[in-house]
Amino acid sequence: MAQTETKAGRFTARGPKGRPAGRVALTGNEAVALAMRQIEPDVVAAYPITPQTDIVQYFSSFVADGRVATEFVTVESEHSAMSATVGAAAAGARAMTATSANGLALMWEVLYIAAGSRLPIVMPVVNRALSAPINIHCDHSDAMGARDSAWIQLWSEDAQEAYDNVIQAVRIAEHPDVHLPVMVCLDGFIISHALMNLEVLPDEVVKDFVGSYRPDSSLLDPERPITVGPLDLYDFYFEHKRQQAEAMRAAAPVIREVAEDYETVSGRRYGDFDAYRLEDAHTAVVVLGSAAGTARFVVDELRRDGRRVGLLKPRVFRPFPGLELADALAGLDAVAVLDRSDSFSTMGGPLFAETRAALYQRAVGRANRKDSGPSSGSGPGNGRPLPITVNFIYGLGGRDIDPGDMRAVFSRLARVVETGDTGDVVNYLGVRE
Amino acid sequence: MSLDYRRYLDETALPLMWCPGCGDGTILKALLEAFASLGLERERVVVVTGIGCWGKADDYIRTNAIHGTHGRALAVATGVKAYRPDLTVVALMGDGDCATIGGNHFIHAARRNIGITAVVSNNLNYGMTGGQFSGTTPAGSKTSTSPYGHAEDGFDLCRLADAAGANFVARTTAYHYRQMVRLIKEALLEPGFAMVEVASPCPTYYGRLNRQGSAREMWRSLKDRARSVGEEGGEARTGVAPGQRPDEEPRSKPADVIVTGVLVRRTRPDFAARYSDVCRRAMKEGGGEAQLDAR
Repeated sequence: MAQTETKAGRFTARGPKGRPAGRVALTGNEAVALAMRQIEPDVVAAYPITPQTDIVQYFSSFVADGRVATEFVTVESEHSAMSATVGAAAAGARAMTATSANGLALMWEVLYIAAGSRLPIVMPVVNRALSAPINIHCDHSDAMGARDSAWIQLWSEDAQEAYDNVIQAVRIAEHPDVHLPVMVCLDGFIISHALMNLEVLPDEVVKDFVGSYRPDSSLLDPERPITVGPLDLYDFYFEHKRQQAEAMRAAAPVIREVAEDYETVSGRRYGDFDAYRLEDAHTAVVVLGSAAGTARFVVDELRRDGRRVGLLKPRVFRPFPGLELADALAGLDAVAVLDRSDSFSTMGGPLFAETRAALYQRAVGRANRKDSGPSSGSGPGNGRPLPITVNFIYGLGGRDIDPGDMRAVFSRLARVVETGDTGDVVNYLGVRE
Repeated sequence: MSLDYRRYLDETALPLMWCPGCGDGTILKALLEAFASLGLERERVVVVTGIGCWGKADDYIRTNAIHGTHGRALAVATGVKAYRPDLTVVALMGDGDCATIGGNHFIHAARRNIGITAVVSNNLNYGMTGGQFSGTTPAGSKTSTSPYGHAEDGFDLCRLADAAGANFVARTTAYHYRQMVRLIKEALLEPGFAMVEVASPCPTYYGRLNRQGSAREMWRSLKDRARSVGEEGGEARTGVAPGQRPDEEPRSKPADVIVTGVLVRRTRPDFAARYSDVCRRAMKEGGGEAQLDAR
């Protein structure tokens, strides 16, 4: 097992003279496994699936080496993995699992049970295309398929953000106003298997940040016995769902609060989304995950040529920060939303649909005060026509997206602005047809 | 009529993706050889696979094929066979697929005695995802999820199929090529549920982690440990899984003996026969027999 030990050795974030060190080279999966080791959940139940397998594999070596006191259960399917995680969380444990693609699809039924039972489970999802046909590479169809399951979704651009998101996710999920499960999405292979130099926190800082988990009520509290998930018909089911919606609404400020706290321990600042060179931009792309890195590179390149372009990268997809996002985009002439999954609605991908809905809602100003807060109806672009929005579906099944593709998107936006002709609203980028 | 097995092989997909020393290539050839020796028409064979190393076999097979999801090959195959009992339906699964995530489908296919031929490549671990323990991994084995030895016992797939009621249960090893072709051929002719378990080496993970030597040594060990019960079979005649010893005590090494050959042979009527019987009775009581015959 020399190989495992060597691998595990890389997770010891120690610098010269035994001081906790910041900078280590890790793959995305290693970074997530490290975060899980530092969080040290009470229970991890998992099943292998490419490209997630590494996370749990590394974690199992921490368990075997006695570096964490976690109960580690290897089950016989992802349905069982999520079920065991639900059982553990209902019993009052801090419980985690991780999966990808068809594994997430197989968990489908239990995802709703986790959210409906208000169990603060944290699950890294290493994004991979769904079958059929079978494909192991990155797209976002897995997590997007679960977007209405009442799980909070945090998305990561690189291994650093994945590491930081996993640690923050614990605090978000367990916050008394929230009590919802969180999935932390990272792109399969592109992030999960690529090495990156990243800053990691000392173990004690993470332990202190996440604190210990003391649920208000749990199954194994003999003083206050409870039942989780019993029959709930037209008498109360609706109220319970309404409470879930309210919890998702309450999650938005909690996510920001946790990000502020995290900044004080890590020095890294995270918002609901990252607006990059957007202030004076005429056109921009909106994109999730690792492709934001490519967009950032191309934005810098085009800016050097004097083109006023920008990028908006959502980090929080559930709850959807629609009003803030619409405020950030409102002053632009044209926006391209890039989706790494198709909703097959024929109206574009999921990120596009929600971005456009948010822009529309801002423009018509129907949002009531409670919904919108002070930002609605004011700020840049108010009173101007909406930006023209187009959608590009890209990268399905791991199809590469390179700077050339990204330049083509910006050229298209420039043409749209120049001619006023939107052309096809839904486009497929980098596909043979 | 005997045909060349290459008729069923998609040579444009070669070379095989399996690791050097893996048994799957040999099992693939034995399966195609069995098709050839029975002279099966490609158009009347449906190969259903799950997910995993052996689940990739459909890439190389030129019959009808469906690549299902993990563990569900038998569920998909059940649908195919129920609608078209006239077709030869073959399910290809590894031990992760068949004995672990899809274990429920396995016992129910056997119980239902539906006319599917399951060819299970049992290499005692999940090869595709990096050598994790599966439902057949013997106690004490080192795998990437049990670095200090597996704390659970593995299934004996043949006993499981037997207990669940399969008509035909056989075991062979990837080394015993001629026996493998014979057993698969016989399984293909069985009207009810037929399972051929093939003990197959995984030198990349299981063999390496359990210090079983080179691929060559693993193949030699399959040869040396196999004990054939002969071809006559018999009711409930079962043996020992490749991963298990005959006694109940969990041990830290794989079985000394791999019992091979036909372990179970029954003549229970298969699902299609019994189901059409029920239909006939229902139609008769409902007065619709003429309709059924006309169909």
